[in-house]
Amino acid sequence: MITSLTAEKLTCVRGERTLFAGLSFHVAAGQALALEGANGAGKTSLLRLIAGFLAPRAGRLVLKTTQGQSDDNEERGRLIGWLGHQDGLKPQLTVMEQLIFFAALYGSAAGCDAALEEVGLARQKDFPCRYLSAGQKRRLALARLMISKRDLWLLDEPFAALDRDGQALMARQMTRHCGQGGLIIAATHEPLGLANASLQL
Amino acid sequence: MNILYRYANPREFMRLSGALLPFTAAAAVLAILAGLVMGFSVPPDYQQGMTVTIMFIHVPAAIVAEGTYALIAVLSLFSLVWRHPLSDVAARAAAPLGALFTALGLVTGSLWGRPMWGTYWVWDARLTSFLLLLFLYLGYMALWNAIEDEIRAARACAILALIGAVNLPIIVYSVEWWNTLHQGESIISGKLAPVFLWPLLVMMAGYGLLFLTLWMIRIRTEILNRRSRTLMLGGA
Amino acid sequence: MSAFTALLSRDLRLAARSGGGAALALGFFALVATLVPLGIGADLNLLSRVAGGVLWVAALLAALLSLDRLFQGDFEDGSLDVIALSPLPLESVSLAKILAHWLSTGLPLTVLSPLLALLFNLPASATLVLFVSLLIGTPAVSAVGAIGASLTLSLRRGGLILPLIVLPLLTPAVIFGAGSVAAKMDGMAPSGGLALLAAFAVAACLLSPFAAAGAVRLNLTN
Repeated sequence: MITSLTAEKLTCVRGERTLFAGLSFHVAAGQALALEGANGAGKTSLLRLIAGFLAPRAGRLVLKTTQGQSDDNEERGRLIGWLGHQDGLKPQLTVMEQLIFFAALYGSAAGCDAALEEVGLARQKDFPCRYLSAGQKRRLALARLMISKRDLWLLDEPFAALDRDGQALMARQMTRHCGQGGLIIAATHEPLGLANASLQL
Repeated sequence: MNILYRYANPREFMRLSGALLPFTAAAAVLAILAGLVMGFSVPPDYQQGMTVTIMFIHVPAAIVAEGTYALIAVLSLFSLVWRHPLSDVAARAAAPLGALFTALGLVTGSLWGRPMWGTYWVWDARLTSFLLLLFLYLGYMALWNAIEDEIRAARACAILALIGAVNLPIIVYSVEWWNTLHQGESIISGKLAPVFLWPLLVMMAGYGLLFLTLWMIRIRTEILNRRSRTLMLGGA
Repeated sequence: MSAFTALLSRDLRLAARSGGGAALALGFFALVATLVPLGIGADLNLLSRVAGGVLWVAALLAALLSLDRLFQGDFEDGSLDVIALSPLPLESVSLAKILAHWLSTGLPLTVLSPLLALLFNLPASATLVLFVSLLIGTPAVSAVGAIGASLTLSLRRGGLILPLIVLPLLTPAVIFGAGSVAAKMDGMAPSGGLALLAAFAVAACLLSPFAAAGAVRLNLTN
């Protein structure tokens, strides 16, 4: 169970460009942080840095859990639920096959039916993913996120491609996640719809 | 380790290499000329005649070619494990040189064999291994050129070079095994009379110095390129 | 279902549903085996002598066909990020993909090889050696191929560079595999070559998940 994530003076360099330097923030359990900034400002890079895919040029990330604290990338990665730009869905697999795969990969295949109900894809569960609309794919990705039971959610444009109902669904799930003690860090152009802090990049 | 990190600084390297270059270049030219003169003044081998002098051009090329791959493997290790900053540049600079020396070794090996075998190529174990070494170099260079991000290209090629280095002895062994299976021809080898040894050593020194000279020039060029790129991007 | 099995079965399912899975590789294998006699003549004596080498090279090339997509598909649609954050270590991910590739490509090629050996008039005893050599050697092809696939996964035209990188590294497999068949044809024991091939395959399968995982991590920094 994560209690907090603290970033201390993070500096990120991609290629020859310094995206940001000396960035610090703190997110505690139950809180959400919105990353704001223009395109190319480094929001996605910061998310990938937190996820442990990238290493910062300087600074560090300290994760405090009920078991202790660590700044190790791999350990942090095991506690992260990732919803990136892309949905990570294969056109040839059906909705249910896709979800069961991710559920089994992340630890347990239970709860897939319930998750599909929640996101409103129960009727489409045997459709191959190629027949889903962009909004439906995003909902499926959300279902995958919910089922992974990870404490820290990293979201890249969570509301993209979703219609109004979809956006309400996303906001509901995010509120519930924080309510249960989870953390959210989201790169977004729009307000998250939760009580959240903001970080300008 | 400290001494290595001192020259990891590009400015230090430019200073050191700038001082050394005239000497290594001159020494290389002198050694190669001396080696050629000594080589041609050696009495003709009773079996191979004057063509044995090709050996003086072929063998050093072969040794430099193989040595360069080992060098690249070591640099790759430095790059991956210790993140030594100049090792990427140095490895990239060395690769085309290694490929060139390998090609030189193949051509001279083929010319050396022509009088003996009657053809320009036989699947001799050494030549075949050499051909494969050339492909390893080409793959390395191709991968570097294909990946756009400099750091990722360097790391990926470092992984490839290490895999290649581990595999190379296996490849050489398998080619020799293959050769015995199919009873191929081989370049005549045996004890070298002292009269052959000295020109060979001089030529090897010459080739080594030549490699060092060209290598330093290439690294310097790359460092200058990067500087001008940074200036261009930063000043814009 | 364990995470490893989940990934393995997903990749097998994807292989089966994308263009018929093994069909492409098998077709290529058979085509090359058909083209060679057309190229060098129908002298059955000659064909039986070259069968080991030709079929090994053809199988190798056929196995390479689907290699560039090994990691690339997951990389391009964002699945690789999600898979990398799962409890399954990247080394196990690589191993699962190598196994999936072998089951969907190398193994079917091995099974087809005796039939193609007929086209080359290869005697039964040598055909058995060919079959065994492919059975042992194709896992090495998948393993070493996975290293190349992971190094080139971010390249659009990586499909052209992959063979250039991977084929030199696989020469021992071709030499030991085809060499075993040649030894049998010459009346010698093929066990020497097969043992060397097995050693190569074991080493490749043990080492390559680590190398491939390293290359995947490298590319995740994109």
